Amino acid sequence: MADFEPTIVAFCCNYCGFAAADLAGSMRLDYPPNIRIIRIPCSGRAEIQEVLDAFLKGADGVAVVGCLEGDCHFISGNFKAKRRVTRMKELLAEAKVDPERLEFRNNAASMGPQLAQFFNEFTEKIRGLGPNTATIKLKKSQANEPDPNEKKEVHP
Amino acid sequence: MIMAERKPMPAIEEMLAPYKKIALIGCKGCVTVCNAGGKKEVGILSAQLKLMRPDLEITEVTPERQCDPEYVESVERYAEGQDAILSMACGAGVQLMAEHYHGLPVLPALDTTFIGVTEKAGEYVERCQACGSCKLHLTGGICPIARCSKSLLNGPCGGSVDGHCEIDPGVPCGWQLIVDRLTELNQLDNYEKIAEAPNWATSRDGGPRRITREDLK
Repeated sequence: MADFEPTIVAFCCNYCGFAAADLAGSMRLDYPPNIRIIRIPCSGRAEIQEVLDAFLKGADGVAVVGCLEGDCHFISGNFKAKRRVTRMKELLAEAKVDPERLEFRNNAASMGPQLAQFFNEFTEKIRGLGPNTATIKLKKSQANEPDPNEKKEVHP
Repeated sequence: MIMAERKPMPAIEEMLAPYKKIALIGCKGCVTVCNAGGKKEVGILSAQLKLMRPDLEITEVTPERQCDPEYVESVERYAEGQDAILSMACGAGVQLMAEHYHGLPVLPALDTTFIGVTEKAGEYVERCQACGSCKLHLTGGICPIARCSKSLLNGPCGGSVDGHCEIDPGVPCGWQLIVDRLTELNQLDNYEKIAEAPNWATSRDGGPRRITREDLK
C-alpha cells in the first residue's frame, strides 16, 4: 500500500478549473502527476455515466472542478454540476464505492495556487483511502477471460 | 406519461444474484422522459452493477418501447443466450417482455408509480388514475378522482383546510382547485350538478380492461 499511486481524473471546466490548472503550471507550482485532467466546456457537462465510467476504467478518485458560484460562464452550469455530484455520490454509495472518492470544487481561473493545493490534498486523501477495490475486482475478473471486445458477436 | 422510479439497489442485487449473464433493456418511452429507465439510466445502472459485480456480463439495449410487440421482437438478438432480462420499462413493458421471452426470467428494475406530469424538471406529480370515465369537462380540467385524496365527486370533505388536504399540508385540496378554476371560468353551475355514484366497472373494479378496434386489426 505504501507505494500505491492513485489515478485521479479531474473533470475541469474550460473557463475556470482548466484555466486555474494552466495558471498553476505557468506559476511552476507542483501538483501530483496522479491527476489526469479532462477539459470540458462547463462543469455542468460532467455526465453521471462518465464519472461512473472513470471509476470503472480504473480511477481511484474523481474531481469535478467548476467556476465559483455566480461566475459560471453558462450562468448555472456549476450549480447543476454540484447537484449532480451529490447524486453521483449516492449512486457510488449504492454501488459500494466510497463516495469520498468523488469531490466537487468551485475554483476561479485566478486561483492557480489554491487548485494545486486542492489537487495535493485530494491525492493524499485518495492515497489514504487506498485503491478502488471495485476496479481491482473488475481487472481480476477480466484477466480470467479473453478480451470481451474480441469475443463479442457483431450484430448486423 | 407513466411515471416510475428505480428500485432500491439491494432489491435489484437480490433479483440478479442467481444470474451471470443478463440483458439490461431500457425503454425510450415514458420512463425516458421521467429519467427512470431510458438509455442514460440503462448506462448508469449497468456501470453501478459492473462496479459491484464484475463477474456479471451485461448487454445493454434500449428499444423505442417495450409495450409494443414489434419493439419487443426487435431486441431478440440481445436476449438470446442470456440468463435473465432486467427490464427498465414500466410494469406493462416488463409483462410484454415476459410474454414474448417465455424461457427467460424477466425482472423489473423499476417500480411503476403513477400516470402524471412533469411539474418542473425533476418534479413529477400524479394527475390521472385511468378510471375509464373522464369527468374533466365538468371540473375545470382538474380531476377529482386523482387530485382529491378521497376521490370525492361532489365537493370537498371537512378535511380541506385553507386550500390544503388534511393528509399533508403540501398536498393542495383537489376540490379547492376545482372550485377556484370553475370560478375563474365562470362555470360554477357545473359545481351544482350532482355527480351520481360512478360506475367503477370502467375502472379497475371491472377487472383487466381491454380496448378493441376492429378497424385497426
